[in-house]
Amino acid sequence: MTAPDTDSLRAPVGTSRPPAWRTQAPVVAVVAAGGAVGATARYTLTLWLPTQPGGFPWATFWTNVVGCAVMGVFMVVITEVWAAHRLVRPFFGTGVLGGFTTFSTYAVDIQRLVDDGHPRTGLAYLAATLIAALSAVWLASAAARRVLKWRQS
Amino acid sequence: MNWVVVVAGALVGAPLRYLTDRAVQSRHDSVFPWGTFVVNACGCLILGLITGAAAAGAASTHLQLLLGTGLCGALTTYSTFSYETLRLTGTGAGLYAVGNIVGSVIVGLGAAFLGVSVAEAVWS
Repeated sequence: MTAPDTDSLRAPVGTSRPPAWRTQAPVVAVVAAGGAVGATARYTLTLWLPTQPGGFPWATFWTNVVGCAVMGVFMVVITEVWAAHRLVRPFFGTGVLGGFTTFSTYAVDIQRLVDDGHPRTGLAYLAATLIAALSAVWLASAAARRVLKWRQS
Repeated sequence: MNWVVVVAGALVGAPLRYLTDRAVQSRHDSVFPWGTFVVNACGCLILGLITGAAAAGAASTHLQLLLGTGLCGALTTYSTFSYETLRLTGTGAGLYAVGNIVGSVIVGLGAAFLGVSVAEAVWS
């Protein structure tokens, strides 16, 4: 990986010249706005794909897998080709995608499945989400990098 | 009304994740993504508490949407968790990547179960 620093998801830390709050306030504001957009999209998906009691939580599954795939593409684009405005990454990466995907619903969905007597569905959901989400971010970033290479050559 | 409540929760949850992550990341030198690990564990505990309270009839639908779907949903993240895991494998820190996956799942699930049990003990 043509490596950006490990902190590449986080907004760059401001220099000490302007007061920290002046560089941080706009970042916090766009993270909040992006988070509201992402959470609204996630909530919409749960209304479209309601989970039956004891059933596989497909809405949260797809939310997390799609969010991871988009994150894979976005991070390649923003770290390797697009010199975007400094608020783009916090808005879209931290805000929209961070607010869209969720770890807490994933964990509590598993807890409920186990508690309601569906441990096998819970275990399948636990493993399927992990495998699909991690594959999604990996495959999407590899594909994005390949497309960019092909376009540049 | 439901939409407004979800948005209100997310408006707090997402910046809370960002600020917590920054605060945690500035306090260690390890390549391990402790910031995301901490917010995910905290979010699982809070959502467990809300879910347990709701099961005991102590949390209204709007409170669940505000704190559960909105706040905890935006506070926790799967996309950053996955991306940071991928970054760890890309930088040769494969053991940290495995540790992040196993640790996040075990601690997240533990926090969710703990939250539900505590809430049920308190409200039922």
